[in-house]
Amino acid sequence: MKSVELNNIVKTYNKGEIKAANNVSFSVNKGELFGLIGADGAGKTSIFRILTTLLLPDSGTASVDGCDVINDYRTIRKKVGYMPGKFSLYQDLSVEENLNFFATVFDTTIAENYELIKDIYVQLEPFKTRRAGKLSGGMKQKLALCCALIHRPNVLFLDEPTTGVDVVSRKEFWEMLKTLKQQGITILVSTPYMDEATLCERIALIQSGSIMMIDTPGQIIKNYPDKLYAVKADNMSRLQNVLRSNAQIKSCYSFGDFHHITMDNVQLTVDNLLVSLQNEGLNDLEVKEIIPTIEDCFMNLMNS
Amino acid sequence: MELNKDNNKSLSNAGSQLSVEREVVIKTDKLTKRFGDFIATNQITFEVYSGEIFGFLGANGAGKTTAMKMLCGLSKPSSGNATIAGFDIYRQTEQIKRHIGYMSQKFSLYEDLTIVENIQFFGGIYGLSDQQLKTKSNELIETLGLQKEANKLVNSLPLGWKQKLAFSVAVLHEPRIVFLDEPTGGVDPITRRQFWDLIYQAADKGITIFVTTHYMDEAEYCNRISMMVDGEIKALDTPADLKQKYAVSSMDEVFYELARGAKRNE
Repeated sequence: MKSVELNNIVKTYNKGEIKAANNVSFSVNKGELFGLIGADGAGKTSIFRILTTLLLPDSGTASVDGCDVINDYRTIRKKVGYMPGKFSLYQDLSVEENLNFFATVFDTTIAENYELIKDIYVQLEPFKTRRAGKLSGGMKQKLALCCALIHRPNVLFLDEPTTGVDVVSRKEFWEMLKTLKQQGITILVSTPYMDEATLCERIALIQSGSIMMIDTPGQIIKNYPDKLYAVKADNMSRLQNVLRSNAQIKSCYSFGDFHHITMDNVQLTVDNLLVSLQNEGLNDLEVKEIIPTIEDCFMNLMNS
Repeated sequence: MELNKDNNKSLSNAGSQLSVEREVVIKTDKLTKRFGDFIATNQITFEVYSGEIFGFLGANGAGKTTAMKMLCGLSKPSSGNATIAGFDIYRQTEQIKRHIGYMSQKFSLYEDLTIVENIQFFGGIYGLSDQQLKTKSNELIETLGLQKEANKLVNSLPLGWKQKLAFSVAVLHEPRIVFLDEPTGGVDPITRRQFWDLIYQAADKGITIFVTTHYMDEAEYCNRISMMVDGEIKALDTPADLKQKYAVSSMDEVFYELARGAKRNE
């Protein structure tokens, strides 16, 4: 039995004008760390809300832990943990009070499942009497995670848990998720950060309500259709203009201190390219073949 | 072909060349903001040059927002001095506001006005004449290819287009400096790069860009970066020099090196 399953889910807003989910089908295995990767407006939150029984789909079926999202919604609500995109705990209750509240609502106690949240909670403990509204962004995130886990759910839904959070806190959060995975909880995470995709076991790349590809990050990278090169020069702005006006270059996108390019023409070799760039007056050139990142793959799929 | 080490030298020379040749548009001297006992911004001292793309980085809680609010004339410093576009941070906040643009993820445009209405509204506030407004409005719509959408409500646009539009509106009055607070958060990777094309175009026109971001590849697009940690500026240099100093190959690693020792979570 799959932990989560969606079949032809359709969800629209504004009388069909906005297609948030456009015939979405996929499944997640028990204990898997699954990533839903896409920008704002791609449909991630709508899908998560349908799965956590907070939103009805227009059509299609879905199940979580064997229960139908429409007919068995009450059972699902007892078995899942949900951390929504915006901080939605009680700002004027303390850390302790929030945790107690959620434990009670789920008919359990903090003590009963403390082992599960212990590693996260020890970081919050020094602030346990502080009001949730006064916590830092990173601490709020940790508290929200604890509250979502307090009843030992079978499936955990994390909607953009690292959005707006800095690089260091993001790393820490993913370390916590890896530890949780060892407890056998199925974890679905949505994120717009492409670099986080490689931390998942399988990912679904989503854009404008449609799934573009689902697979392991490794396989998605293997499926990239062209050779990819990283190019650098002394004047990156000029380099970009030169590359983009070259008819033999299929795509050119900036990636930090390199531009990533694909070539349209097998005749164009690295050596030819170097010569033509030198002729344009560019210096300190570097061209090397590279393995694509998930971001390269995502952009390639967007363009297809 | 290997990267020429001299390239790094020429970039840092470029940094100091900027200070000789170009105008200083932001100058702070021990700028400080205290909330009771808590020192949110602790004596920050730095300069930003005209037409520069300046990355203002830092972990959450490091003090970036507090600093930016002061620089935009929205919050009075506790001590220290600063001039923004030549105007004093204590006595000339209204002039500061007239000479800067601002855009953030949280607020950009009025969702229930059309594109044209938003342009007219902000253009009016920025003091553009009717003629200037007409010209700039057409230019903007042309550049972004929004002819079909011009009379649609902003909330009907996809996020990426909204962000590009918001940026274009923020520089409608060709301000000296535009402050961008995480402008590309959550946007798809192609639109993100188109956004940066707009930033380059504005910088080419001489508009100084003061941008904060959580995307470390975007840090590479900046001429210089400053990193705030626990209310102080712990580093300020070109991306290339920062990477060399910390012996790492990406800005991601530079950030990690500087931010992980931070005592403050917020």
